[in-house]
Amino acid sequence: MDAALLSLRRIVARLGEGLDGPLLAITALLVGIGLAALYSASNEALGRVNAQLVNLVVALGAMWVMGQIAPQTLMRFAVPAYLVGLALLVAVALFGDIVNGARRWLDVGVTRIQPSEAMKLALPLMLAWYFHRNESVLRLRDFVIAAVLLLVPVLLIARQPDLGTAVLVGAVGFYAIFFAGIGWKVLTSLGIAGLASLAPLWGMLHDYQRHRVLTLLDPSRDPLGAGYHTIQSTIAVGSGGITGKGWLRGTQTHLDFIPEQHTDFIFAVYSEEFGLIGNLVLLGIYLALIARGLMIAANAPTFFARLLAASVTLMFFTYAFVNMGMVSGILPVVGVPLPFISYGGTALVTLFMGIGILLSVHRHRKLVQT
Amino acid sequence: MIGNLRGAEIRDHERELHHFKFRVGVAGVAVLLAFTLLAARFIYLQVVQHKTYASKAEDNRISIVPVPPNRGLILDRNGVVLAHNYSAYTLEIFPARVTDLDRTIQALSEYLEVQPKDRARFRKLLAETRNAESLPIRTRLSDEEVARFAANRFRFPGVEVKARLFRQYPQGDLASHVVGYIGRINTRDQEKLAELGVDANYRGTDFIGRTGLEASYQQELHGSTGFEQVEIDAAGRGIRTLVRTPAQAGNNVTLTLDIKLQQIAEEAFGARRGALVAIEPSTGGVLAFVSKPGFDPNQFVDGIDPQSWGELNNSPDRPLTNRAIAGIYPPGSTFKPFMAMAALELGKRTPTSAISDPGYFEFGGRRFRDSKPGGHGHVDLYKSIVVSSDTFYYRLANDMGIDAIAGYIGKFGFGSKSGIDLEGEAAGVLPSPEWKQRRFAKPEQRKWYAGETISIGIGQGYNAYTPVQIALAMATLAANGDMYRPRLVQHIDDVRTGERRHLEPVLQRRLALKPENVEFVKRAMAGVNIEGTGARSFGNAQYSSGGKTGTAQVIGMKQGEKYDEKKINERHRDHSLFIVFAPLESPRIALMVIVENGGFGARAAAPIARTVLDYYLLGKVPAAAPGAAAPAGEDEEEAESD
Repeated sequence: MDAALLSLRRIVARLGEGLDGPLLAITALLVGIGLAALYSASNEALGRVNAQLVNLVVALGAMWVMGQIAPQTLMRFAVPAYLVGLALLVAVALFGDIVNGARRWLDVGVTRIQPSEAMKLALPLMLAWYFHRNESVLRLRDFVIAAVLLLVPVLLIARQPDLGTAVLVGAVGFYAIFFAGIGWKVLTSLGIAGLASLAPLWGMLHDYQRHRVLTLLDPSRDPLGAGYHTIQSTIAVGSGGITGKGWLRGTQTHLDFIPEQHTDFIFAVYSEEFGLIGNLVLLGIYLALIARGLMIAANAPTFFARLLAASVTLMFFTYAFVNMGMVSGILPVVGVPLPFISYGGTALVTLFMGIGILLSVHRHRKLVQT
Repeated sequence: MIGNLRGAEIRDHERELHHFKFRVGVAGVAVLLAFTLLAARFIYLQVVQHKTYASKAEDNRISIVPVPPNRGLILDRNGVVLAHNYSAYTLEIFPARVTDLDRTIQALSEYLEVQPKDRARFRKLLAETRNAESLPIRTRLSDEEVARFAANRFRFPGVEVKARLFRQYPQGDLASHVVGYIGRINTRDQEKLAELGVDANYRGTDFIGRTGLEASYQQELHGSTGFEQVEIDAAGRGIRTLVRTPAQAGNNVTLTLDIKLQQIAEEAFGARRGALVAIEPSTGGVLAFVSKPGFDPNQFVDGIDPQSWGELNNSPDRPLTNRAIAGIYPPGSTFKPFMAMAALELGKRTPTSAISDPGYFEFGGRRFRDSKPGGHGHVDLYKSIVVSSDTFYYRLANDMGIDAIAGYIGKFGFGSKSGIDLEGEAAGVLPSPEWKQRRFAKPEQRKWYAGETISIGIGQGYNAYTPVQIALAMATLAANGDMYRPRLVQHIDDVRTGERRHLEPVLQRRLALKPENVEFVKRAMAGVNIEGTGARSFGNAQYSSGGKTGTAQVIGMKQGEKYDEKKINERHRDHSLFIVFAPLESPRIALMVIVENGGFGARAAAPIARTVLDYYLLGKVPAAAPGAAAPAGEDEEEAESD
């Protein structure tokens, strides 16, 4: 009996070995908020909450696995992961299934997979590996190569079209380049060039994407179409007031005025029911998550681990910022979920794998093996 | 060297770490800025603009749904239901929520029967009504059809099954011209309601009275619309009711009309066309009101389909015309008692003044023929009515002159609307030189010729009156000159309060008739039914009555031409008229019958009048087939004067 208990304790200790308490506590807090909001968004039906719990178990498993892999080992997967991801993206572009007008899914017989999702981690891995390899002699040429490594998958994803994932993948790649130390002058001139290229970029956008940008500027131009999401979610947020309407008491939510209220627009549900106070608390939690992630990155022993951890951390920020921005009506509606809160297994697995990476980096902070 | 190199490497590493940490700091600041931006946006939405969005959420959530009132009932004087409501399911399309109507209707027809006439009706309604929330594609769904649609409802956004109250007329075409029918509110009605300032009360109401009492008592029958504040979801479906202001049902309208009497009168017509108006002389209450043929008002309830509408509209029998108030006919010899009254009152004749009737009256070289060849011989005023002498009245009209005739006859209501509580009444024509001036454009037509006065005396010429006018004149004479406005409604009940409002008789006019003159004319009319042209129908009646037959020419006869009924197209045959009141002392009923193209007044119209009076006064129900109610008598082709 004692022996069994002892061995169980040992197993638990082994499992929890090197896990970062603060990071896990923050994540747990977000997941808890997410389940509460999801319960409300499902009109108090447990079906979706249970499904999300299953997703959570899978995601935690993925996190644990990632947490077990040392950054040095992970480095070895960088190139294959990137190349496989790229190949799958090409395959999607050629043979992908069209769902809701976008070619995002690849049927692999057993199930359908969304390769763009994998790129969210494969790209920072690849770039961190590349920069790490050329650590001591990073030149402009390396940043150009990195930009190419970034742009190819981003353009493939944007073409599907999946603006939300393209933004996230592009952002996480950019963070890797930024943390690798791209020159400020280059960055500034790139920024100017980027602004200048807005016009031709506008020409490249799909009609529905342009429509979304235009309706963002003026949602009332299409109140029943593309503007509807923004109008209704803004009403939900605004009507929440300082203290909110109370959990399970949001009228916008419970009367189904908010579209996609389980997934991308769950923040409207949360915001309506918990108000400004709830929003500031949530911002605080995300801020804590980001701070902890950046701290882990700063303490990481290798260039690769630093770049990877910092990029992934800022990816969490991008998720949160873009999602809350679009729900509150200051950013266009792109399909970006609220991290750890929105319903959906795929995003959850990616996010927890990101946490797993942070855990691994944190765990191996003292091991210097160059 | 090695140490140096190492040192350089470490320095390099430290510098690099320093760079990285700096960038992390920059990133941290960027994150803080971005979150500050979000926080600012939240404060703007949730504090600064909170009120605006809170009210928007409320507007979103709460929809004001009008609750249409139940339409009031129409009942006969004994409480028999003439119009009521029943609940039925309809399948309705919300045009604003459907992108492709044709495709939707096509798809619906795979689940439910949608006949071409349903489609045609839907198209018609769509064209006629603006701002309508929903329009029916199918009415009266069976329970099975409702279930079948419900199972496939998700396929049809913008299509819903609604439980609606429908108007039903249990009596069918009986009294259809009295009751009238309702129709869907169209754009013109909406404009009219807005003009009246009652459009708010009609939110949610789909139907409005079109004809008959349904139209003239629309305001009473409609009631007042209630409202519900309903919490709705994004699809506009009601979740629950928050506040309810109930609708108030329309008032019930009870008629003076006796539906049994009405039925007997209508059956007496059989398939013949015509009209009958029976009035209670002492109140103006209408006891029976017939316009044949009628129609089934139930056809209009769902919105009539264009084909049936076309049939009703284009039928040569004109079933949609309310002949009793809108049909204008020459009164023929039923005019004579009123001419006699005029002659006595104006001193143009005395009860004893007599003429010798050669069978014609000559004026300006033209012979006005009596309907009896050879004439009636010695004719005094009494006999002129009893045998219906034309010659007597040709001469009388000539002696009186058109101005005196028009001036006096008009007092009985001839040529002006009776004021009955129905819409669409015609005024008819009381001929006079002034009327001719107004009526015609060419100078030679506008002049009144003295010869034209002659045929006015026997109710022909330009004379043209509605049946209700003639009936009212009869009632006025029966009531010794008291003219009550004819009305169909006796009282109105407020269903909610139980309050009953009686419509008091309205004395429109009191003619100062000399009692002995009234007495004389009534006695002469009694003579008609005892020994004159009405005797064949009324000779054996168990009550006293005064009547007068009339035959109105539909086409003019040439000089010297003989009227031969058999040679004439049925529709060009003479109209048959009869006026009567009974009993002689304190009359309880005065009526007028016209049978279009019925020939002599005594033959077609008088038996119908007898049937009605028998039921009203004696409670006698005719046993035989319609039209056969006339008392036995030889139906020989005697040269009946009329």
